[in-house]
Amino acid sequence: MSQVIKTNAADVRFEGVSKIYGKDAVAVGDIDLTVEAGTLVTLLGPSGCGKTTTLRMIAGLELPTAGKIFVGGEDVTDLPATQRDIAMVFQSYALFPHMSVQENIAYGLVNSGMGRDEIAERTSSGMDLVGLKGFEKRLPSELSGGQQQRVAVARAIVLEPQVLLFDEPLSNLDAKLRRQVREEIRELQTGLGLTVVYVTHDQEEALAVSDKIVVMDKAKIAQIGTPVDLYDRPNSVFVADFIGEANILDCDVLSLGESESSVRIDNYQFAVGNVIPEDREARLAVRPRNIALSSESNPDALSGTVKKVSYVGSHYEYTIVGTFGEIFAIEDATLPLKSEGSEVSITFKGRGSCLVPS
Amino acid sequence: MKRDLQKAGIDSNLRLWLFVGVAGYLLLPWYGLEDFWTLGWVISFPLFSSDNPSGLFLISQGDSLWILPSLLTFLLSGFALRLPRANPSYSRLLMITGLSTVILVVTQGLSIGIRGWTTDWLGELFGPLNARQYGMGYGGLIFTVSALMIFCHGLASRPRKGADLFVTGAIGLVTAVVSVFVFFPIFIMLMSAFRTEDGGGSLLLFFQRLVEQKLWQVDCLVGAGPCGVAINSFLLAVSVGVITTVLGLCFALIIVRTGFRFNKILRALSVVPIITPPFVIGLAIILLFGLSGTVTTTVAEWLGLNPTRWVYGFTGVLIAQTLAFTPIAFLVLIGVVESVSPSLEEAAQTLRADRWTSFKTVTLPLIRPGLANAFLLGFIESMADFGNPLVLGGNLDVLSTEIFFAIVGAQYDQSGAAILATILLGFTLLAFYFQRFWLGKKSYVTVTGKGDSGIPTQLPKRVAIPAISIVSLWTVFTFVVYGMILYGSVVELWGVNNTLTFKHYITAFGLDWKDGIVWSGAAWDSFWTTMMISVTAAPFTAAVGLLTAYLLTRQKFFGQNAFEFGTMLSFAIPGTVIGVSYILAFNVPPIEITGTGLILVISFIFRNMPVGVRAGIASMTQIDKSLDESSATLGASTWATLRHVIMPLLKSATVAALVYSFVRAMTAISAVIFLVSAEYDMATSYIIGRVENNDYGLAIAYSTTLIVVMLLAILLLQFLVGRTKIGRRHAELESI
Repeated sequence: MSQVIKTNAADVRFEGVSKIYGKDAVAVGDIDLTVEAGTLVTLLGPSGCGKTTTLRMIAGLELPTAGKIFVGGEDVTDLPATQRDIAMVFQSYALFPHMSVQENIAYGLVNSGMGRDEIAERTSSGMDLVGLKGFEKRLPSELSGGQQQRVAVARAIVLEPQVLLFDEPLSNLDAKLRRQVREEIRELQTGLGLTVVYVTHDQEEALAVSDKIVVMDKAKIAQIGTPVDLYDRPNSVFVADFIGEANILDCDVLSLGESESSVRIDNYQFAVGNVIPEDREARLAVRPRNIALSSESNPDALSGTVKKVSYVGSHYEYTIVGTFGEIFAIEDATLPLKSEGSEVSITFKGRGSCLVPS
Repeated sequence: MKRDLQKAGIDSNLRLWLFVGVAGYLLLPWYGLEDFWTLGWVISFPLFSSDNPSGLFLISQGDSLWILPSLLTFLLSGFALRLPRANPSYSRLLMITGLSTVILVVTQGLSIGIRGWTTDWLGELFGPLNARQYGMGYGGLIFTVSALMIFCHGLASRPRKGADLFVTGAIGLVTAVVSVFVFFPIFIMLMSAFRTEDGGGSLLLFFQRLVEQKLWQVDCLVGAGPCGVAINSFLLAVSVGVITTVLGLCFALIIVRTGFRFNKILRALSVVPIITPPFVIGLAIILLFGLSGTVTTTVAEWLGLNPTRWVYGFTGVLIAQTLAFTPIAFLVLIGVVESVSPSLEEAAQTLRADRWTSFKTVTLPLIRPGLANAFLLGFIESMADFGNPLVLGGNLDVLSTEIFFAIVGAQYDQSGAAILATILLGFTLLAFYFQRFWLGKKSYVTVTGKGDSGIPTQLPKRVAIPAISIVSLWTVFTFVVYGMILYGSVVELWGVNNTLTFKHYITAFGLDWKDGIVWSGAAWDSFWTTMMISVTAAPFTAAVGLLTAYLLTRQKFFGQNAFEFGTMLSFAIPGTVIGVSYILAFNVPPIEITGTGLILVISFIFRNMPVGVRAGIASMTQIDKSLDESSATLGASTWATLRHVIMPLLKSATVAALVYSFVRAMTAISAVIFLVSAEYDMATSYIIGRVENNDYGLAIAYSTTLIVVMLLAILLLQFLVGRTKIGRRHAELESI
């Protein structure tokens, strides 16, 4: 890693922040949130959930209707974007088309009134950092999508911002490049110790890069947690289904133990790993990959009929109907095929099923 | 560190305006002077003299004490420097003091004129006033602008609004100048329409004169004599609007949708009439169809009849205006036709529509807003056109010429002119209103920013064949017309003596050599005046227009719709109306600029500003908003973003606005004819003067020279400003 570019990473804190457009269009409703310094936090949710508005409020591109925003302990609520020490990588990259790569990267440095030598030094180490040496004089239109994205990243990190924001940075890249670039972003973040807030609607991307994920739904925060937390212990049907897909089934809770609960559906009785408050109605969330199918009948398992099966290369996708409703299951292609219309017995593998309040 | 700097910047802005305002009050002459705009007074800079007194000097002498309160409110705003910026009183104090200063200056300026009180009731209220005051000078101007900026500063500092200092200031400034130079004169003109001869006001008389039969009779429709002036103008404008729209559409369709082999010529040809002063076409029509015109005499000889003045009147004006304004319709429509996404018609064809059906059901409805726009433009241009009816009108009276004769004629009937101008304005505003609220609400935007791989569909035959025939005819006719102009400028005396000669050019643009160049030609004076005024007006027009476009597309603020409407309104105001309203409003204090070059410059700026606004809006919507945002997150102020990101990407819009305002200033006549003075005569009004003396040769030679000069200027401008370099994409576009 380069010696020139350092970090001024700071934490971000939201206190009761709301953003209301017009009279009653609530984009973000009364959220509290803390992003610790030096971590990568993802805002995840379906479109229209308020994640981009939240990001833009950190940047200062939108001002909150109510509440306060702190960066590094300082109240920045009323400061416009220009006066905040925050940098952002835009979805469209927003590279200035009439400026060369070098000029684009130097732009923010010039605005902060730096000396010419320092600008040159930082610009060149920024380009080193993202592997763009030799492209200094190119115009953005003469670069590939991936290269343009690197310019956008370099332009932001040379400012050594307190917080670096990414607004769906991978959405304009092809599938193969996405994996590579997201790993690079993560490497850069951990290497420099940056505070990063990252917006995406792709749960796989969020699970792969984040220290913490903030799941948002309908202008509210649905759940905050580490990727493992969210996957194993979702606190709602929405989170369970949004993170990694889930079949939501009705069930009888037989007992709530210290760390395990006992659950029954029809005549199938089994244990799940998480515990929910006693006074809440609960439903069962089962991951499609955690369902085992067998052609042999089993009186202690669920039974159902294969309604539909599709072959997608590495695995089979089944839709199974039974008294419990409909289940979507995924099985490795190495296992024997259960043909459409055949009877199957269904069991749930140990990890990956959990109770959620309904 | 970055943040502290910005905070300091905010207060230094306030200090700056306080300083500028006080300096204006202390040092610069409060009132305008004879040689005011030539800056002659600077040489004998009299800080404290009775010749060019500053505001403070006036007060110290006990003169013009009515300007004292404004100074006091202005100074009050200085107390804001002692308040913290987050304190709500900070912004409140600045808003109140700034606004009251502006109101005080404006009120005293409007109530006290050259002869004391401007209205009787003020005299009755305060007693007679022996003092008088003249038009506002640099001191008053700078002081008022500073007060306005302090008000805007207050607006921008309201807590929790996130307003930007630069943006608020710009909005305040644009609103102020548009109010002063568009709304104020129109208001004054409306007022004087109510004025009776003895100086009183009468609503009854106004309505009587408004509905006079002379204006509204429709006898010509039933063949029972002449129609009223208003009816003539209306019929002419509707006909011109319809014909130019149809012709413009034919042009646009042929160029975009057919492989017609003369497409390049058509495009080039369509530009020529734009750089032609509109009445020049009228002159060419006279050369062709007038009493001694080539066609008239030939046909008369052939049929054995006496040549007549048949072309003078409705027919002639219609032909001339159609030729002159078709290119405007074309320029509107080609943009619209090109923007219809080709894949839409392709989609229609895959849905079992043949070429004609898909054209009729998809393309035509999509370009309807364009058609309405083109019609509106033709309608307004025809209503406002002054030159062609004057040259070719014969017995046909239209509003624009009648207004002129009411003002310059023997009767000098100010309120009569104002009433006619009100009717003219009423017509164009109605058209504007219909276009805006009837069609404006439906959005037919088909440019999505997504790649479109469709290929423009060929025009169906039943459209292509008539279109090509009409356009070919038009083209041939245009060639003949311009041939006539060129030829007419080099013959001795048209129709009488056809010997070739350069004498008209020599009379107009002769040069002698007597200890240096002597500009002996008769046209040089007006030529250089025109150049100077057009060159001065162009950058201001472009700047105001593009700034307004920036505010409209990039910022959100309270009253934005009203702001947009106000700035686009001057588009619907015919030049004739502007001319009348300017002389009515600006020949008395507080703004006394009639007879100067400045009034011409200002009239051009506000008349042509809407085109700058439109060009700016069109290209700014192409620039993604994330560019502004990323510039802001990279620490650039709004002004820096505008300067380093937006402006460089707007080069072509800038060129368009510059070229357009330059050309319009060179060719304009309708407003100019009212505003020229002996000292500041413009080329067009000089030429019209020659035409009225039947000196066609000189008039045509001068016009030809103007056309060539404008062509050269356009090429030069394009070369100087250049194109924005954004790499590969541009090259690809060109190779298509």
